[in-house]
Amino acid sequence: MITRVFNKTNRALLAELVRTDFKLRYQGSVLGYAWSLLRPLLLFLILYIVFVRFLKIGGDIPHFPVYLLLGIVLWNFFAEMTSQSLGSIVNRGDLVRKIRIPRWIIVLSSSISALINLFLNLLVVILFLFINEVDLLETTLWLPLILLEIYVFALGLSLFLAAAFVKYRDINYIWEVILQAGFYLTPILYPITLITNPALQKLMLLNPMAQAIQDARYATITHQTVISRQVLQGGLKYTPYLLVILVLLAALRYFRQQSKFFAENI
Amino acid sequence: MDSAVRVENLGKTFKLPHERYSSLKSSFVNFRPRRRTYELQQALKDVSFEIKPGEFFGIVGRNGSGKSTLLKLLAGIYTPTSGVVKVNGSLTPFIELGVGFNPELTGRENIFLNGALLGFSRKEMQAMYDDIVEFAELRRFMDQKLKNYSSGMEVRLAFSIAIKVNSDILLLDEVLAVGDAAFQKKCFNYFRQLKKDKKTVVFISHDMNAVREYCDRAILLEKGKILKSGSAEAVAQEYIKLFMTDTKTQAGADKNRWGSGAAKIKSVQVTSQSGKVRVTIDSHFKRADNDPVIGIYIKNPIGIRIFESNTKWERINIGDVKAGQKLSVTWEIDDIFTNGIQTITAALSNHDATDYYDWWEEASIFSVDKDKITTAIALPNTKVTIKKS
Repeated sequence: MITRVFNKTNRALLAELVRTDFKLRYQGSVLGYAWSLLRPLLLFLILYIVFVRFLKIGGDIPHFPVYLLLGIVLWNFFAEMTSQSLGSIVNRGDLVRKIRIPRWIIVLSSSISALINLFLNLLVVILFLFINEVDLLETTLWLPLILLEIYVFALGLSLFLAAAFVKYRDINYIWEVILQAGFYLTPILYPITLITNPALQKLMLLNPMAQAIQDARYATITHQTVISRQVLQGGLKYTPYLLVILVLLAALRYFRQQSKFFAENI
Repeated sequence: MDSAVRVENLGKTFKLPHERYSSLKSSFVNFRPRRRTYELQQALKDVSFEIKPGEFFGIVGRNGSGKSTLLKLLAGIYTPTSGVVKVNGSLTPFIELGVGFNPELTGRENIFLNGALLGFSRKEMQAMYDDIVEFAELRRFMDQKLKNYSSGMEVRLAFSIAIKVNSDILLLDEVLAVGDAAFQKKCFNYFRQLKKDKKTVVFISHDMNAVREYCDRAILLEKGKILKSGSAEAVAQEYIKLFMTDTKTQAGADKNRWGSGAAKIKSVQVTSQSGKVRVTIDSHFKRADNDPVIGIYIKNPIGIRIFESNTKWERINIGDVKAGQKLSVTWEIDDIFTNGIQTITAALSNHDATDYYDWWEEASIFSVDKDKITTAIALPNTKVTIKKS
């Protein structure tokens, strides 16, 4: 099945679409690809000044600046991938209407562009890990799996959003608001310990993004942080993973069903 | 022998909403009060045909007859509402040249992108790259952005990549309608090669000369149904008949017409007799005028101007025209027209062409159906003599 889906022509097409995307991204800007690194750095600088210097949040967490940066980088990846994929089918309407290619390749290519950006951003994180003299933890080995979880979650949402956007053109505004709300409902800028109501804290950690970001911080920066599997009891601790798989399966089903009519609905 | 393409009872229906609820809110708001109303448009109804391997198969029909829908169904871009399309072998996935071309990329980058879309790997594209550039005659421009190409150059590039596709069954849609004469010659050569190689080709065209010359068999679509199927010749004749019956209603329509209205073209009439075509323009002047100009041009079936003339160029002085006066001008033209539908555009202006009273695009059409054929743009009277010695 996998070999049939990722046959030679599909792989070549995927690579070419990603390449094109990357070439066009910084088209006409003086610094070009450097912006891939500069953008998160500058963003981080602003947030650092506001939250660490002025508001003095996170004083009790070791290496809080890197902790903050990792959270932002992971969230930005999630936000960038879903919002870019959302419009991918509609923006590539010319391809959808005029050529027979697997539709999911279009969504996948935009997701891979975001993935490349994530890896560039992680380089910045590594740089700060060194600057902050963070001890290398054994648990860092778990990071790839955590990243995979975020990617799969974002991919499921991307497939759903891209297919729904063909029919309902206000999905993008709704998604923008949801992302904004999600950014504050996820413990990115503030430590989760700031939420003192235990029920609310549990509820927040059911969110796959909150769980993944906390896990990533736990794995790479410091064990002195609250993670989902400590807080959630019994079967509840599997809820975030279950959500990720459920979203992907439902999205795949919806996308497959809708993709037959993309050409006429766009 | 097995068929290359087999289409059985194919139907396609589009749902056209009366008011497009393209947003969630409106679909919620209208959820309860009443059901959404939409129109069902049957683009194709119960279409069945079969294409044998090695056949050059034509699909003809007027605009809106369902040709493009059929093509998209064959290419697998649309999903049929009813019926099936069975394809034996690989089939070209695209219905247009240069799909996915990006103006911000260079010619070279676009070749690789387009190639990937057509199913080639990067390695295969590298092997063909020189060939493509050579055929397109664009070596000098490969590192320039596509947005700096002329439209002719862009088409040449797209065509050069497209002909590299080596699928068992090829879909060709109106490639002839674009490009200059030199490019069209290349197209024709390519078609001849395909025919020689016994390729299975599905060819969609308005150009009955091309259909007559290349196609073995054809079908004529009208309002989503097959009106006629059979030899290319029979189908081409039926297609032309379709226009003959419609000429009057089309000429009466006021589409594609503009002007200040100081004078009006009343009618454009065409008669053809013994090697001459006569075009008569009847006009009516609402205002007095001095030396107005009346002109026409005639386009051949693929949209090239074959004839153009006006009273000024013919050095005819119309002189003073009184208000309310009627004026009739007749051109007698040697019948150099090629087979198919010719369209006449007529215009009426003041002497300096600073004020167009009436410009009537495609005011009338006439059909030519000669025994002789040509792939050139004109077919003058010829006499061929042979001497053997």
